[in-house]
Amino acid sequence: MLKEYRILSPSGIVGYGFPEESWRLGIAQKPDLIACDAGSTDPGPYYLGSGKPFTTRSAVKRDLTFMLTDAIRLGIPMCIGSAGGSGGTPHLEREIGIIKEIAREKGLSFKMAAISSELDKEFLAQECVKGNIVPLGAAPQVTPEDIRGCRRIVAQMGVESIIKALNEGAQVVLCGRAYDPSAFAADPIRLGYSEALATHLGKILECACIAATPGSASDCMMGYLYEDSFAVEPCSPNRVCTTTSVAAHTLYEKSNPYMLPGPGGTLDLYECRFIQETERRVRVYGSKFIPQEKKNVKLEGVKSAGYRTISICGNRDSIFIEHLDEVLAGVKRRTAENISGTDIDYNLDFIVYGKNGVMGALEPIREITSHEVGIVIDAVADTQENANTVCAVARSTMLHYGYEGRIATAGNLAFPFSPSDIPVGEVFNFSAYSLLENDDPAELFPRTYYEFADGEEKH
Amino acid sequence: MRGLPAEWKTIFKTDKVQVMNMRKLKDAAKIVRSKNSGPFELTLDVIFADDETFEKASRAKIITKESVAAAYGIDADMVLDIIEFPVARAIKATLIRPLPSGNLGERDVYGAQQHAPLMEMGVDL
Repeated sequence: MLKEYRILSPSGIVGYGFPEESWRLGIAQKPDLIACDAGSTDPGPYYLGSGKPFTTRSAVKRDLTFMLTDAIRLGIPMCIGSAGGSGGTPHLEREIGIIKEIAREKGLSFKMAAISSELDKEFLAQECVKGNIVPLGAAPQVTPEDIRGCRRIVAQMGVESIIKALNEGAQVVLCGRAYDPSAFAADPIRLGYSEALATHLGKILECACIAATPGSASDCMMGYLYEDSFAVEPCSPNRVCTTTSVAAHTLYEKSNPYMLPGPGGTLDLYECRFIQETERRVRVYGSKFIPQEKKNVKLEGVKSAGYRTISICGNRDSIFIEHLDEVLAGVKRRTAENISGTDIDYNLDFIVYGKNGVMGALEPIREITSHEVGIVIDAVADTQENANTVCAVARSTMLHYGYEGRIATAGNLAFPFSPSDIPVGEVFNFSAYSLLENDDPAELFPRTYYEFADGEEKH
Repeated sequence: MRGLPAEWKTIFKTDKVQVMNMRKLKDAAKIVRSKNSGPFELTLDVIFADDETFEKASRAKIITKESVAAAYGIDADMVLDIIEFPVARAIKATLIRPLPSGNLGERDVYGAQQHAPLMEMGVDL
């Protein structure tokens, strides 16, 4: 009979923080593993494309300092999934730098593995030619040219490479892009716990206390894994887990709450039972795992869409608002005319709050009664300078545009800021969201080892 | 949408008139929310406070590909799936996003404010 295996998940994202008191209550239970996920595609394609994390360095260092110091003191493993948010090489490198800094400051001794997940584009283009890359869900099929045109492509690792790193003596494992449950499930699967239960538990723990009530992504949750089931309970006495809060979390951000596909297979929750074990703890039985015949990993790739400049403005004139569609079409036309003769390649868009600013094409309400509207002029062009030009021309054209029935002839727009135009920098589109079939996932994600003795890195 | 009584149908020569004081989904459900499910899909969750209302909603088939498509003014084949999850008293609908998250023309990168048409849907509960 396998003994109880405890996993402490401090936070939904490394860098979102957690209360020190909850952390102490979690650590007092002597966890077998500290694990945290840091990744998401939610903030959009920019972060993977630019190589920038969506968390700040100081917030990540604060969280990792607690986690690393206690993991080393207790002699237990610490696994971080999707380092730096998107899990690309620059994201992973920032996290390695933070760990080195903490190790030095605290004088810690340990072995660390960093597992990279940014894949070579030419290798992937060849895999695409061989037919080993298939689209995922509603995403389109990619071509080898699409892949070569990506700025960066990462693959979500399963547990295989993390298990190898742990078997090769790493106490700390920093993963590039990882399937969310992997950082939680790898060590227990390695020790013989059920893949289905460990993965389902990881699915819940990766959001920390979102599965509790009141829910929070920035408070500690403890997972308890057994041979035939698992349980979850928040560390803070101010929260509880109920069968509803845990089951409802299973719905969140997923197309189908019963069948959760991941690398290596699908988690099947049709026969799951959620049982209220104490007032604060929920026990889960019956999770199943259906292994895939052909193993695959999910690919995420982005390409540059150009450079953006925006201008934020408003209007509070009933005659202008009545003629809004005519004004916007006119400004687009006039901007094109005023830029003609240059070779600027651009896309001009107007986001109109008070009309369909939130839902765009999905907005079912066509007639508006707003007394004022907010307008964001969104210009994207091949260079920042060109985006600045398109935005400036569109802004000045809209400011003085003569629409039918106009009686306020001094200017059509209210600008809250000076300067009125904001250069945003390079922006990206998701361009690859696919599955790569691969028989040897451990080798797809190479490991690099670092050893620290009293905070000094050994070479 | 509730059909009209037979006598009324002969007066209005239609059964498609919406009953004026029909409840809205926001008055019947505890949670109505939207969120990305990956960058290419949008998933809508309706969660009821008690088993009775959930079962009523499930029997009445208020959330279907057609009713969701009508609420959003999109083709029914843009609605990928309707799934009931009794353990959470929830019904889930998944749509194809009009654009991949964050592409040029985006209005809601996280997809967290696309629930309103569902919330205002008239329901016979």
